[in-house]
Amino acid sequence: MDYNFHWRPVFRKLDQLLAAGLVTMEVAILAMAFGILIGLLLALMKMHGNLAMRGFANGWIEIARNTPALLQLFFFGFGLGAFGIHLSPFLIVLFGLSFNNAGYLAETFRGGFSAVPKTQIRAARSLGMSVLQSYLRIIIPQVFRVVYHPMTNQLVWSVLMSSLGMLVGFRELSGETQFLAFKTFRMFEYFLVAAIIYYVIVKMILGLSWLIGRRLFRY
Amino acid sequence: MENSAPTSIAFFTGFKVSDLLFLGEAALRTLLISVIAITSGSLLGILFGWLLAEFNRYLTSGLNLVLDIFRSVPLIIQLILLYNFFPIVGIPLSPFVAGTIVLTVYTASLVAQVVRGGVEAVSLPMRRAARSLGMTYFQDIRYVVFPIGLRAVLPAWTGVALGVLKDSALVSVLGYIELLRASQILVTRTQEPFIILAIVGGFYFILSYPIARITDRLEKRWQYD
Repeated sequence: MDYNFHWRPVFRKLDQLLAAGLVTMEVAILAMAFGILIGLLLALMKMHGNLAMRGFANGWIEIARNTPALLQLFFFGFGLGAFGIHLSPFLIVLFGLSFNNAGYLAETFRGGFSAVPKTQIRAARSLGMSVLQSYLRIIIPQVFRVVYHPMTNQLVWSVLMSSLGMLVGFRELSGETQFLAFKTFRMFEYFLVAAIIYYVIVKMILGLSWLIGRRLFRY
Repeated sequence: MENSAPTSIAFFTGFKVSDLLFLGEAALRTLLISVIAITSGSLLGILFGWLLAEFNRYLTSGLNLVLDIFRSVPLIIQLILLYNFFPIVGIPLSPFVAGTIVLTVYTASLVAQVVRGGVEAVSLPMRRAARSLGMTYFQDIRYVVFPIGLRAVLPAWTGVALGVLKDSALVSVLGYIELLRASQILVTRTQEPFIILAIVGGFYFILSYPIARITDRLEKRWQYD
């Protein structure tokens, strides 16, 4: 083995890598927030909508779930370019991940809603609650309990998928790593450190989610 | 569309029917690398999952940690790391081999978790009953754990397999010409990204959607019997 590992250039840029790690978390969490909103909407459309709405929701969900996330990113990046719409790398990643998250989360939410018996809402209504009240106080808390862990997993996927930003020129953790690695050609060293940062981010999310979950679902 | 193109960039040519053939061949390569990775990864994953479920968790904590790392680091980083690691120890790998290895280990790490869940889904009293009826350990695995666990495992396993099929698109980063890479080559030549990405999306959809549907149906049917 005639290769010398050089870690110093990596450690010198560690602050930049950590800052890029924050960008990764930022875009993943934003995409998750959009994904939850759109996913809820899609789930409701699929369950209660008319034919056109059901078709739209089904189309979105199946395309998001049955094509690679990278292809979806390329679509927002290069595909839209055919119509003269040029998004910034940040928006490409944000839209791509939101699109993907929404598709997966819609199915999660649909499963969550169908796990709550229909009689629950009838009971709430007959106790004199309005539709909004019975949803907010009776249905949503029960649904949330079911979808909490899948949502945590989706957030982890969101962080991992954001690494694809590297391929559309977005400087999150992977993109920044590649950018720095190409300057010094210490590919292995840089990417190993990036891998460790990803691992720490994922473990942080899971740990935090466990703590919050324990507090929320005490009973 | 092509008539309006300025003559100075004449090396851009339109999308031809023969390009579909090129994409079809690339789809076969996607299928090839996915099938190899899913098959070998699942076999490894079953072994790991069995180890994790049946042995003392302090004994298997090392294995658990390694598999956890493969699940928590983006696949693209794993690919780049492995691809750059082997030349360091003096064995440069082709993109195909590097991609297959990474996808296999990645599949194994996901399948191990699924299989472990499946084995643990079989209740302990059930297995004690099997053993006290005089079954050997392997009879217990074969006739009790396998049929019951399979119902818990199969939908999740299909999810993993389809995930790997889609994630195989990332091997394009190393330069292996599979479906997504082929689409980029065509986009560069034809400058028609929208149509080509739509066609490639269609290819992936055709590969993935039927399997997803069949699994859904199986899962629903198994709920009642």
